[in-house]
Amino acid sequence: MAAVLVSTTINGDAVQYACPPDESLLDVLRNRLGLSGVKEGCSTGDCGACSVTLDGRLVCSCLVLGAEAQGREIATIEGMAQDGKLHPLQENFIEYAALQCGICTPGFLMAAKVLLERNPDPTETEIRYALAGNLCRCTGYDKIVHAVQASAKEMRKLNKKKSRKKARA
Amino acid sequence: MRYESPSTTREAAALLDKEAGVAHVLAGGTDLLVRMKLGHIEPDLLVDIKRIPAMKSISHSARGTRIGAAVSGAELGEHKAIAKAWPGVVEATNLIGSDQIQSRCTMVGNLCNASPAADSVPAMIAAGARVVVVSRRGRRTVPVEKIVTGPGRTSLARGEVIEAVVLPARPARSGDAYLRFTPRTEMDIAVVSVGVNLTLERGRVKTARVVLGAVAPTAILVPAAAKAIIGTRLDDDALDKLAAACSAACNPIDDKRGTIEYRTKVAGVLARRAVKIAFQRAGGA
Ligand SMILES: Cc1cc2nc3c(=O)[nH]c(=O)nc-3n(C[C@H](O)[C@H](O)[C@H](O)COP(=O)(O)OP(=O)(O)OC[C@H]3O[C@@H](n4cnc5c(N)ncnc54)[C@H](O)[C@@H]3O)c2cc1C
Repeated sequence: MAAVLVSTTINGDAVQYACPPDESLLDVLRNRLGLSGVKEGCSTGDCGACSVTLDGRLVCSCLVLGAEAQGREIATIEGMAQDGKLHPLQENFIEYAALQCGICTPGFLMAAKVLLERNPDPTETEIRYALAGNLCRCTGYDKIVHAVQASAKEMRKLNKKKSRKKARA
Repeated sequence: MRYESPSTTREAAALLDKEAGVAHVLAGGTDLLVRMKLGHIEPDLLVDIKRIPAMKSISHSARGTRIGAAVSGAELGEHKAIAKAWPGVVEATNLIGSDQIQSRCTMVGNLCNASPAADSVPAMIAAGARVVVVSRRGRRTVPVEKIVTGPGRTSLARGEVIEAVVLPARPARSGDAYLRFTPRTEMDIAVVSVGVNLTLERGRVKTARVVLGAVAPTAILVPAAAKAIIGTRLDDDALDKLAAACSAACNPIDDKRGTIEYRTKVAGVLARRAVKIAFQRAGGA
């Protein structure tokens, strides 16, 4: 099987790799690029542990081919903390003990981040729907939902401050 | 296996035509890549259609709305004009899987996977949607109900690819709806589903199409159910006849998620509800 050569952007960095045409993006990220924050759960799109964004949209990287990433932009959990500072969602997952074994956590964080970018003030129902593609077998979801609610509140405050600063400037 | 991502439909058709081995079209991959992983299929060639502009776009003309075959569920849901004109079709498509799946799945992939429980299919058939089928020899336009011939089987010939779904122009006072019954609220497969599309005239149903999913080897158009409500304002008698016609049309499987008796009964119940929603959306009272 001839390998496919792919040039893409991952967490803002230009990346090139070669992979067999039937290799999943999940395997490329983990095994070729060392981005092992992306987890493998079911490998059939049900559990969401391998969630990343592809051109800003949340996808299961197990159901994307590495070859499809040519010229696209990918974001993984590794790019979530900025300048050594955890994202509010990451802080709150710790604060609210929204994880136990941690396998599902990167996927939940990616899904929650996409949700809050689209909808800064989601209801509990909206949060539960938005996270329906992520399975957790430890915590029972309540703590995860609380962590997302707390992060939403915090991020709205931060954004207000930022826009006030902008308005003054 | 080879992976190709052509930039025109012609090129895609030529690639499919030339391949001597097993070739598959790759849309969102949410069925195809799962089947490959499970070892159900071993393609020699995948033709990714997502870089074909004609398949990624949505356009309107006097004849209707053309939705490219590679438009994802999420993209369809964000299209305000279609969501307004065809809420049933959009809701049905948006029921497919999670947000992760929505980012990738397509209506045409849902159709060509040919599952009896595919969510967007009853809604498309109720809408009177057609698909544009392209091959090296030319193109043809086919009603959606002519594509699936049985579980996992379609009428598409070797080398054919669907370029787009076309929803017909919408007369005034029309409404559509799609409802599915699942044991869970999200991430589940329909046990019974119903798609309805109707147009009113002077407060009464003038034309209607009622389609059932997951109760037969393919989605089924039920003309007797439509007949039961045409000319009425959905009085109780009409709704009873509609429900009876839907139950009579069922030929379901019997499994742990729903017995034959259960699916048959629920088909009538869901049809009543869906017809009322479509009626209201059409401005009926
Ligand atoms: C976790 C999960 C949840 C799901 N939930 C649901 C659900 O709730 N309801 C539901 O109905 N389905 C569900 N599905 C199934 C699947 O997501 C849908 O059927 C989806 O619409 C398939 O679209 P796709 O673009 O991903 O198709 P693909 O996987 O790309 O293709 C499916 C089949 O269609 C063929 N094909 C695709 N496009 C074309 C074309 N343009 N021309 C010719 N052939 C073509 C492919 O070759 C393949 O055989 C789920 C799947 C997963 C993994």
